[in-house]
Amino acid sequence: MGPIIPINEISQELNFLIAFVIGIGFGFALEQAGFSSSRKLAGMFYGYDTTVLKVFFTAALVGLIGLGLLNHFEMIDMSIVYINEYYMNSAIIGGVIMGIGFIVGGFCPGTSVCAAAIGKIDAMAYLGGSLIGIFIFGETYPLWKDLYIKNYLGDIKLSTALGLSDGLMVFLVIIAAVVMFWVGEWAEKKFNRPDITKEI
Amino acid sequence: MENHNYITHKTKYMNPYIAGLILGFVLLGAFYLTGRGLGASGAMKSVVVTSVETVSHEKAENSAFYSKYIADGKNPMSSWLVFQVLGVLVGGFLSGALSGRLKLTNEHSPNITSHKRIVMAVLGGMLFGFGSQLGRGCTSGAALSGMATLSLAGFVTMVAIFGTAFLFAYFFRKNWI
Repeated sequence: MGPIIPINEISQELNFLIAFVIGIGFGFALEQAGFSSSRKLAGMFYGYDTTVLKVFFTAALVGLIGLGLLNHFEMIDMSIVYINEYYMNSAIIGGVIMGIGFIVGGFCPGTSVCAAAIGKIDAMAYLGGSLIGIFIFGETYPLWKDLYIKNYLGDIKLSTALGLSDGLMVFLVIIAAVVMFWVGEWAEKKFNRPDITKEI
Repeated sequence: MENHNYITHKTKYMNPYIAGLILGFVLLGAFYLTGRGLGASGAMKSVVVTSVETVSHEKAENSAFYSKYIADGKNPMSSWLVFQVLGVLVGGFLSGALSGRLKLTNEHSPNITSHKRIVMAVLGGMLFGFGSQLGRGCTSGAALSGMATLSLAGFVTMVAIFGTAFLFAYFFRKNWI
């Protein structure tokens, strides 16, 4: 019965070793996908390379369907699985700021670690920048505190918010993802830039 | 041989759907083992909190933000996410080594200077770092892991990140194409 670590007594050393091994898989998958290249990541927003969309939604679907199956066969106790807390204002405004950061910097935190590991100097600069950004947030936290905790809606699910069953919601997300894969493949043909894809 | 992949014997990146499947199983493994998904910005926050605490313990203790992570003698570096991100560093390096992609280089569009790319990377990192704190997680912790549990926060954060990047893409096109 999962989740294994919260249910069983497990030493901190073993816990951290597991974290390290999962991290290796995470970094390996990101790098193999091409997420260690800022121009490949940015290609998503100009249509010439939609790898981000394909990898991101394939992974989300595996997680979504996998968790659904584990739950169905009673192999995981979903009451212990963490569901992100929804603070409406900070989630939207934080997301918008991250979106601008993405198109300006070309990475997100995870991909920058992976790109820095193979020697991308722009990723190392981005990584340094993100530490400064977190420090600025920490230093100015009293200014944002009200915004940070405003409109708390709890650990609500999308399916609950829409009044649908989890199963139907998963099905709709699968349909949406397949449509997006199709749009991605179409965009790559339409906005193809051989000069860029050759370089990266 | 440059760009030779010793696994697939091809010179290119892995097929994105296959890479997505692998990433998805890593994500699922994280949920099955720990009850939480993947994350990155949390580890960076640990680095910042530890740095502030090293410079001035008193300041960190009196701050409404930093004090949360050092309460009761907690060490922010002794966390699951820190070890996971160290793993990302190793996993990324192994993948790059196997595929012949280890190279000290600054990747940028031919339309901008190397210097400008670095400035933009730092600025983008600052924005993302700040936003990840306000939004309680980044692309991996909030958007990807959040979506896998059907959490509304995950979907909202995903739409906000990618939607905004699409909206602003036109203004930054010179940096990329």
